[in-house]
Amino acid sequence: MTTITEFLVAEHRACDDGFAAAEDAAHAGDLARCRANFQQFLAAMEHHFQKEEAMLFPAFEQATGNAMGPTRVMRLEHQQMRETLAEMSGALAGGDLENFLGQAEALLILMQQHNIKEEQMLYPMCDRFLGGAVGSVIQALRDFPAGGSP
Amino acid sequence: MNSAGLSLEQAPPFSVPLRFFLTAPWFLVLAAALLAWRGPEVFASRWLPATLALTHLLTLGFMAQVMLGALLQMLPVVVGVVVPRPRLAAALIHIPLTLGALVLAVAFLNGSPAWFQGALGLLGLGFGTALIAVHLALWHAPVVSGTVIALRCALGALMVTVGLGLALGGFFGWGFSLPVVIVTHLHTAWGLVGWTTLLVAGVAYQVVPMFQITPPYPSAFVRGFAPLMAVLLVAWSVLTFGDWETAARLTGAALALGVGLFAMTTLYLLTQRRRKIGDPTLAYWRTSMASLLAGALLWLLTPWVPALAQAPQVEWLLGILLIFGFAVAVINGMLYKIVPFLAWFHLQAQLLGRAKVPTMKQLLPEVRIRRQFWAYLATLLLLLVAAVHPSVLTYPAALALGVTGIWLGVNLWAVGWTYRRILQDGLAIAPVRDNQVMRG
Repeated sequence: MTTITEFLVAEHRACDDGFAAAEDAAHAGDLARCRANFQQFLAAMEHHFQKEEAMLFPAFEQATGNAMGPTRVMRLEHQQMRETLAEMSGALAGGDLENFLGQAEALLILMQQHNIKEEQMLYPMCDRFLGGAVGSVIQALRDFPAGGSP
Repeated sequence: MNSAGLSLEQAPPFSVPLRFFLTAPWFLVLAAALLAWRGPEVFASRWLPATLALTHLLTLGFMAQVMLGALLQMLPVVVGVVVPRPRLAAALIHIPLTLGALVLAVAFLNGSPAWFQGALGLLGLGFGTALIAVHLALWHAPVVSGTVIALRCALGALMVTVGLGLALGGFFGWGFSLPVVIVTHLHTAWGLVGWTTLLVAGVAYQVVPMFQITPPYPSAFVRGFAPLMAVLLVAWSVLTFGDWETAARLTGAALALGVGLFAMTTLYLLTQRRRKIGDPTLAYWRTSMASLLAGALLWLLTPWVPALAQAPQVEWLLGILLIFGFAVAVINGMLYKIVPFLAWFHLQAQLLGRAKVPTMKQLLPEVRIRRQFWAYLATLLLLLVAAVHPSVLTYPAALALGVTGIWLGVNLWAVGWTYRRILQDGLAIAPVRDNQVMRG
């Protein structure tokens, strides 16, 4: 049986590849390719954030009765990443690849610190606490529509 | 497992880790000065007072300094637990560790028991605080990941290293009776193979796959490597102490194989990276792991090859490969990620929307990192050759080491200065309201 950890870790790795593709295009000086890659990456990130914020975190908060703990910090970090992603979008809009790469460096660390916390701690705890509901939560995450709330 | 114990809070204040990172490079410069002062004679034996002073400037002043500072920073991220009272803990570790490293170096050089007694007190205080603070956090870890296992083994090894070091300090300071040679061997092995290698491994499990975007380390390796190495170290120590020579040799060979396996696994993963763009810290990781592998091979072969076993330079080469090649390289490389990121992160948190925050690459341009890396690499090669031909190359090696240390220090201090200037300017333009909650 798939676990929440396995399912969402796979999404993280897909986002990593999206990041690497956009960064590679920027490094090569290919603005058009970078914009296309970044758009895909941005959409994947936002979709993943929304799945967690609308589905996973509420389920965890309900199961543990704790809404002010780890999920609060995870939401805060999503916000930080959104801010940096917005800076990167701005840099791309202005065609400033140098600035884009500078922001990308920080985003990668923000992203990975966040991933470490989720993959090593929060997701395993979700699997543990949600028990029998894990299967239905994964199904709901899988069905979550892109680009909006459910 | 309960969620109340999990705190995924943000990083501690910037000043907590930064003080360690800004102090460490100057210990490379002090080591260079000592090497230049004592000259080629240093290479005559690893047991000379000047050599011991030099080693401890590097291991305590540079390595332990950054490793403990980085642990205080990293624990909330990788373990999910915050070190209590971070500012107080940082002061109680940083000041005694810095002074202790200096006092111990002087103690070795002048041989005075009073200086050894002073060093023992200072280092006991600094490491004691660090061990208590970090142990408290590690044993409260809500989820036991491979990294937590490795960090626990590393911390256990640090405890043994410090314990043996304090006992040796007692020998020099108060005349404790000890089998000094054996205790020194154990102290060295626990420090380099236990504490340093296992800490680097625990950190590598996270940072190599995530920041270089490589496949993960095999999960059996992640969970098994550190405990296995810790058990082997215990066995090796008992066998060495009991003078069971052949068994100790075989266990030592197993330890060298383990270390080599970690280095090879990491080098292999780095060839699989999906992040396409070159990253200046990558060169540091590769150099570090190549040195570790070379060190492991040398250590593996020495007892079985008579020509090596009788060569006095082998211990020196091993020390240079493990301390300067492996540990200093990986630490130097990591500093270039950690310091600009934290400066950016704390600026972003405090100035968002009020002033423009420079990117990490503006805070520390890559070209400066690359140039300092070439100085580092030249130093490593010069030191290795100087160990074999001290009369010719000691002074060039000392000069290169000094340049490397100053360059690293200047690069990191420049980030610190820019951080302060931008923060002050930003806050002056739009003062923070008293009731405003600051993130970060």
